Amino acid sequence: MSILVDKDTKVIVQGFTGKEGTFHAGQCIDYGTQIVGGVTPNKGGQVHLGKPVFNTVQEAVAATGATVSMIFVPPAFVGDAVMEAADAGIDLAVIITEGAPVRDMMMAKAYAVKSGMKTIGPNCPGVITAEECKIGIMPGMVFKKGNVGLISKSGTLTYEGANQVCNVGYGITTAVGIGGDPIIGLSYIQLLTMFEADPQTEAIVMIGEIGGDLEIQAAEFIKDNVSKPVVAFIAGQTAPKGKRMGHAGAIISGSAGTAAEKMAALEAAGVAVVKSPAEIGEKVKEVLSK
Amino acid sequence: MNIHEYQAKEIFAKYGVPVPKGKVAFSVEEAVENAKELGGKIWVVKAQIHAGGRGLGGGVKLAKSIDEVRELATEILGMTLVTHQTGPEGKLVQKIYIEEGADIADELYLGVVLDRAKEMPVIMASTEGGMEIEKVASETPEKIVKVAVDPTIGFQGFHGRKLAFGLGLPKEQVGKFIKFASALYRVYMENDASLIEINPLVKTGAGDFIALDGKMGFDDSALGRHPDIEAMRDLSEEDPAEREAGEFGLSYVKLDGNVGCMVNGAGLAMGTMDTINYVGGTPANFLDVGGTASAQTVAKGFEIILRDPNVKSIFVNIFGGIVRCDRIANGILEATKLVDVHVPVVVRLDGTNAPEAAQILKNANIKNVITATDLGDGAKKAVAAAKGE
Repeated sequence: MSILVDKDTKVIVQGFTGKEGTFHAGQCIDYGTQIVGGVTPNKGGQVHLGKPVFNTVQEAVAATGATVSMIFVPPAFVGDAVMEAADAGIDLAVIITEGAPVRDMMMAKAYAVKSGMKTIGPNCPGVITAEECKIGIMPGMVFKKGNVGLISKSGTLTYEGANQVCNVGYGITTAVGIGGDPIIGLSYIQLLTMFEADPQTEAIVMIGEIGGDLEIQAAEFIKDNVSKPVVAFIAGQTAPKGKRMGHAGAIISGSAGTAAEKMAALEAAGVAVVKSPAEIGEKVKEVLSK
Repeated sequence: MNIHEYQAKEIFAKYGVPVPKGKVAFSVEEAVENAKELGGKIWVVKAQIHAGGRGLGGGVKLAKSIDEVRELATEILGMTLVTHQTGPEGKLVQKIYIEEGADIADELYLGVVLDRAKEMPVIMASTEGGMEIEKVASETPEKIVKVAVDPTIGFQGFHGRKLAFGLGLPKEQVGKFIKFASALYRVYMENDASLIEINPLVKTGAGDFIALDGKMGFDDSALGRHPDIEAMRDLSEEDPAEREAGEFGLSYVKLDGNVGCMVNGAGLAMGTMDTINYVGGTPANFLDVGGTASAQTVAKGFEIILRDPNVKSIFVNIFGGIVRCDRIANGILEATKLVDVHVPVVVRLDGTNAPEAAQILKNANIKNVITATDLGDGAKKAVAAAKGE
């Protein structure tokens, strides 16, 4: 078992024939993901990476039965692409593109929710169910199959966390990079719910960042709803206030959203909080061998 | 991206948000000319820098004659203004805004910002204008009225009524206030703003509302569709090292420690700083090399880090996903040719093409380069190297 995606998941790629779409769709196919086609307007009827290209998501869904779309279109077109996927009845859109305008995501997210489509991202590494299905840009070889679920705002910390879990002898069920933008799709609470219900997942690693209060909400939720052990790290304990640190979301204003506040809330909820990402592996080992 | 008060007021005016008459000046003479042109008996001379708290810092002053305008302009232009938002080093004032005096009966606050939890813009209003809104929020939160606007329906009359009645405005002012707030919402949405603050929003003796101040920030990702706003960028307000890094696709923020960091990804970069701190060191900077790092960008990264004389060692921490470790290794080789890397460099490369990268570094056998097996090991070695151990 796993969450969200597995070896049977049929995936299309929006922005299939572009440079990024081509490279990463190829990597996903090599990993074993069932990429069944792609969408690039005006290129319908072509064959790319051995898969059919369609003009619209609607045509792609009708022809392939895909339920998930991986989105690589340029930033200015992300909002449109997400809404098109929702309109076509896609269940889950994984939005990899970095730099989508916040206003567009605000509109697209509202429409996705109304249409019953889940989204992940934007500006994220994607989702991977170890050794079954990779939808995104993460290095697949890092994720060995196992019993730990992983949720992370940061891309490279997703790899770092998974690598450590595997190095101490465990492995990953599913890892989800939720992205650090101001507007994101699936967040900690929904994913914690899924991991709690997944029989294969025995522990959860949660990686957060300064800014916003998603981790605080997650802590509240964990207290009453998550029985599995959770290990957490919050990046940005040493970040100066008010400085932008790459991710648009990682801004501290006043006292809200500091690493210290988030760590305290998680600790109070019974989460095993580590002060450095270098400690994630050992801490997972500790909670799982209890 | 942020803009100056005078620029924000230009945008406000286009949308029918009332602002006092004013003109920007780059010299004392220009300031005097502006004051004469504006006429009247009272003028306000305001320093234009990208930071709040200008009034308390001595950057906003009232002039009651043209001579006083000249005096104040001479005093403020060229001063280094220190406020709670500039940091102790302050900011050099290179332009001033000359504005007509306003007849102030009452001071309010009005702002628009994204509510990340609700995923919609929220309009905040308060009767406590002229104060720091963060202070109002923590001490008297009941004095702030917040109204979230679902962007799919836009600003409706009821949003305005919730604000106006929430502030307890007298009925003859309700309509005027709703019109003001509605126009400000349009400014926010149509310009892809990330923040608007008017503090204070002034109620005049005649019962009209005027934006006496104006602060605007924008979503950098949306600037591509607003060339008019992009043109308002004031490069002198931005940190030169951060800007130079940005031109090379690097994201750099200088800090106070002595262990330089070069990392891929913002989260891992912060995590690396945290780890340096955790093992007893202090990070000298945040540096994210981004997803398309090449030998040239890595070399540039070294150059920028090494300009900081506090740096005693550098920790290169790369977990290759999109970024290939062999490229980073080549970048390190390149950098040692282009830049005098005179401090120890601890290198940890993991992920995509890590074995190839290790081989490249081994073959090159560069002095000063220390390899590390993982994040914790690398941080410890870099901190030890910075201490001269």
